[in-house]
Amino acid sequence: MPGPANPKVRLRGVTKRFLVKRRPVDALAGIDIDIQAGEFFCIVGPSGCGKTTLLRILAGLEQHDGGTIQVARDDPAADRGNQRPLNSMVFQEQSVFPWMNVRDNVAFGLKARGFSRRDRYDVAERFIHKVGLVGFEEALPHQLSGGMKQRVSIARALANDPEMLLMDEPFAALDEQTKLILQGELLRIWEDDRKTVLYVTHSIDEAIVLADRIMIMTARPGRIKELVDVSAIFGRPRQLESVRGSPHYGELFGRIWGQLRDEVSLTGNIDA
Amino acid sequence: MTVDSAREAAEARAQSGDARVGEPEVVDSPVATQRRGGQSWVTPGVERALSVASPIVLLLIWELAARSRLIDTRFFPAPSAVFATAGTMIQSGELWSNLSVSLVRIGIGFTIGAVPAVIVGLAMGLFSPIRAIIQPVVDGTYPIPKIAVLPLFIMIFGIGEASKYAIIAVAVTYLVLINTVAGVRNIERVYLDVGSNYRAGRLMMFTDIALPGALPMILAGLKLGMGVALLVIVSAEFVGAKSGIGYLIWSSWQVFQVEKMYVGLLVSALFGFGSAIVLNYLERILVPWKVR
Repeated sequence: MPGPANPKVRLRGVTKRFLVKRRPVDALAGIDIDIQAGEFFCIVGPSGCGKTTLLRILAGLEQHDGGTIQVARDDPAADRGNQRPLNSMVFQEQSVFPWMNVRDNVAFGLKARGFSRRDRYDVAERFIHKVGLVGFEEALPHQLSGGMKQRVSIARALANDPEMLLMDEPFAALDEQTKLILQGELLRIWEDDRKTVLYVTHSIDEAIVLADRIMIMTARPGRIKELVDVSAIFGRPRQLESVRGSPHYGELFGRIWGQLRDEVSLTGNIDA
Repeated sequence: MTVDSAREAAEARAQSGDARVGEPEVVDSPVATQRRGGQSWVTPGVERALSVASPIVLLLIWELAARSRLIDTRFFPAPSAVFATAGTMIQSGELWSNLSVSLVRIGIGFTIGAVPAVIVGLAMGLFSPIRAIIQPVVDGTYPIPKIAVLPLFIMIFGIGEASKYAIIAVAVTYLVLINTVAGVRNIERVYLDVGSNYRAGRLMMFTDIALPGALPMILAGLKLGMGVALLVIVSAEFVGAKSGIGYLIWSSWQVFQVEKMYVGLLVSALFGFGSAIVLNYLERILVPWKVR
């Protein structure tokens, strides 16, 4: 795969195998990809294609069985003590701790890194402001809507100041209107420092409006089916409304769906 | 649509396999509406009134039955006689001296049983080697009725207070430990994933995730433990004590002061009731996200 010599993430032949009822099932069958620093990289694929598994491997929550993963540190000297973490994950499900108020949830990563209470609350305050939750610092998650909880989850990841943001369908469980608003806000926040983002989604629309590049995966075992360069068509910064209103949007949607349709119907047959 | 035709339609749909799940069944059956209409006088207020009235009525029946000699007052003294006895026992200080002794025993025994159980339970829930070591010991000794080891404890700790603390502590420990382990094991995996992705250390996994995550189950364990503590201390005081609620009940029986025995029963019921209120209050404070 051509590209700059030093990508942020370089995957070569990454495989993952699960045991399901003692029988091995290949989840990932050789993923080769370079992801550039500062790139917003979306992964789409049919259910069960291993896209979440790939993210969890990068998050250190699972081990891959084969291949190599190289991640370049932004600043190699910084890999010490309480310095910046390599990645922080925004989870799909309800992952905000129900027993902590918004402030403590956002400050969680900083507490783990040994920041004093005062320092971590200062940082948390900034990101609570950034995601628009000012006034809810003391609220417990059960008092918040689903959209607000995902705002907390995003603030928790950002406050940790990771080199890379891993996002696993963060808006999948939200209603359509909330999703549209949060997509816009995510891009606005991301524009501030353009961290490398790996974003898993099953929504073609979401992938197009957010991504620089989209990786389409095959049904299980997951392979790369196609890479779609969105940044060549839609520049930055983006207005989501104008992206969706553009004639290129429909073209791109049709092309990606064309690729995905075969894979989805394949898994559909297996499920039935 | 008649009832029969609606039922037939539903059956046909179920058989043909397209009974749509999650969709409310629309059956305009006169039977269904009538049944609901037939209980329309049972408002929440009426239900509450019935709940208050039933024990009072029961006590009244008991009182009347006792006064009219329908029941043997040697075994079932009239409630008024029991309350009168309770009054004199309160005035003489006899009731409080016995109750306070039992309360102290439960307080100390419960604490030395529950606190280590929570800590060990969290460790067992989080770290599988610790679970592998301790679980068989727990499983092997749990079936022993706790009161059965009282003679052993009297042998080890003597006839004094220590053996009573120990027997309560042991009884409480099992329930709290088992519930704590289950509580940690039932924490949503994603919370542990967050802890690990955000590189929380062992201590933080304990204090910020495992403990609060298991807290609802821990409190359930404490409630069960409190019930068993009362059971165990009363039994222990039957045989090996010169004071306490259990001693009061047992000694009253031996000298055939049945009213006093009933006072003992009444007080243990009140204690059980009161401790449940306290623990429910604690639950509302500690796990506001679970209590509705």
